[in-house]
Amino acid sequence: MAEKKVIDARGSFCPGPLMELIGWIKLADIGDELELLSSDKGSAEDVPEWVKKVGHEYLGSREEAGVWHIMVKKTK
Amino acid sequence: MKILIIGGGMGGTILANNLARRLTPELRSGKVKITMLTASEKHMYQPGLLYLAFGRVTPDELYKDQASLLEPGITLVVDPVEEFMLDDNRVKTKSGKTFDYDVLAIATGSRPVPELIPGLAEHSHTFYTEETALKMFHALRAFEGGRVVIAMGVPHKCPMAPLEITFMLHDYFKDRGMSDKVQLHYTYPIGRVHSLENVAKWAAPEFDRLGITYETLFNLKEVDGAAKVIRGEEGGETPYDLLISIPAHRGMEVIEKNKLGAGGWIPTNRQQLNMEGRSNVFILGDTTNIPISKAGSTAHFQADTLGENIAALYKLGAPVRDYDGKVFCFIEAGKDRATYAMFDYLNPPDPKPPTKAVHWFKMAYNKLYWISARGLL
Ligand SMILES: Cc1cc2nc3c(=O)[nH]c(=O)nc-3n(C[C@H](O)[C@H](O)[C@H](O)COP(=O)(O)OP(=O)(O)OC[C@H]3O[C@@H](n4cnc5c(N)ncnc54)[C@H](O)[C@@H]3O)c2cc1C
Repeated sequence: MAEKKVIDARGSFCPGPLMELIGWIKLADIGDELELLSSDKGSAEDVPEWVKKVGHEYLGSREEAGVWHIMVKKTK
Repeated sequence: MKILIIGGGMGGTILANNLARRLTPELRSGKVKITMLTASEKHMYQPGLLYLAFGRVTPDELYKDQASLLEPGITLVVDPVEEFMLDDNRVKTKSGKTFDYDVLAIATGSRPVPELIPGLAEHSHTFYTEETALKMFHALRAFEGGRVVIAMGVPHKCPMAPLEITFMLHDYFKDRGMSDKVQLHYTYPIGRVHSLENVAKWAAPEFDRLGITYETLFNLKEVDGAAKVIRGEEGGETPYDLLISIPAHRGMEVIEKNKLGAGGWIPTNRQQLNMEGRSNVFILGDTTNIPISKAGSTAHFQADTLGENIAALYKLGAPVRDYDGKVFCFIEAGKDRATYAMFDYLNPPDPKPPTKAVHWFKMAYNKLYWISARGLL
């Protein structure tokens, strides 16, 4: 059954939020939604760019108190 | 109090020694017991594998007896854990013995899993185990020229290794007079040449200066050994004559089998380092799910924090400090120059231009490691 998973990558300089997402998305099942938390504003751009390039679904993002919440659905 | 440490690598060894020194009288009187369960009687200095791939160290230099690294009073048992019964504060080992504990620390590390990518194990060379580093050493010697591609999976331990291997390959071929016959091509999973922005800002011009080409946003999907091409999830592909890879890692199988964490990564509180939902189980080193570098220095700093906190749990009834996310990594920028990156949860690194002095400091550390593992450095 599809699940929603939170990947808390706040305060991650290395490997950083996008690499965290790349690693965790492989462990998720198709249909799962992942919510990536990032304290790096660059994530709001580079994460959707990667997600679209690879062909997963980008569900949107929002900022709350300096933390970006980026929603992604694993589609393949 | 019975303290049980699972794993005798960097994290487990430093933690055990740190605790033994803080609790010497209690160990002598028998009020505290420290037991380490591990999978091998030998302790390997893994960073040395990078040099083994170039024949700059030999395999025997990478090992010491685990027993020789531990403070007196620590009971070492070489018998890997197969079952974690956390609700009963017990573990069961391969030989069928059970060990109970009041405080448990897990530091079982991580392992490369090339099988996750079709063709990778068969067609690439890597230096993450003794066996594969030796094979790579011979492959490099036999290589007569062509396109050398460096590719990696996510996550991987030692975040500097991709850059280090590339710079060292450059100098290796240069020293052999093969620069004009070899083209190095570096690939990286995200949109710059390293996850640390400041390191990427330094490394990309270095690559340009040395004639190393690179391609970012490249995540390995498959290796086509017949066509000698690697393909990326992003749709790109690149040909190779010699493929050097750092495979994606997982935690140990025993962690996954016992359902302690998906992928073998155990959910860990990033400041207190306890396993989420458990107050007497602590996690350190590669096997945490904390979003920071899987590196020996991470395991070391976490072991320092936990040594102080577990001793304080016994003496004061509560932990005394937080882990701040500190990581320190040397970066070899060739065969005889290096720099370093230090950072924590709040502060990014600011690497300086590489120097010979830092390289020699890293070489010295490769020897000093054994003192560091004993907790004396
Ligand atoms: C090529 C290479 C280069 C590297 N370079 C650097 C570097 O320059 N700087 C740096 O900081 N880091 C570097 N690292 C990374 C560093 O070696 C690891 O991050 C570090 O060893 C992690 O420590 P750990 O205690 O988590 O795990 P490990 O040191 O891997 O130890 C794991 C221990 O668990 C034991 N074990 C496994 N399964 C079981 C079980 N079922 N029961 C009991 N025990 C078990 C093993 O026997 C081992 O003793 C490098 C690694 C490699 C491979």
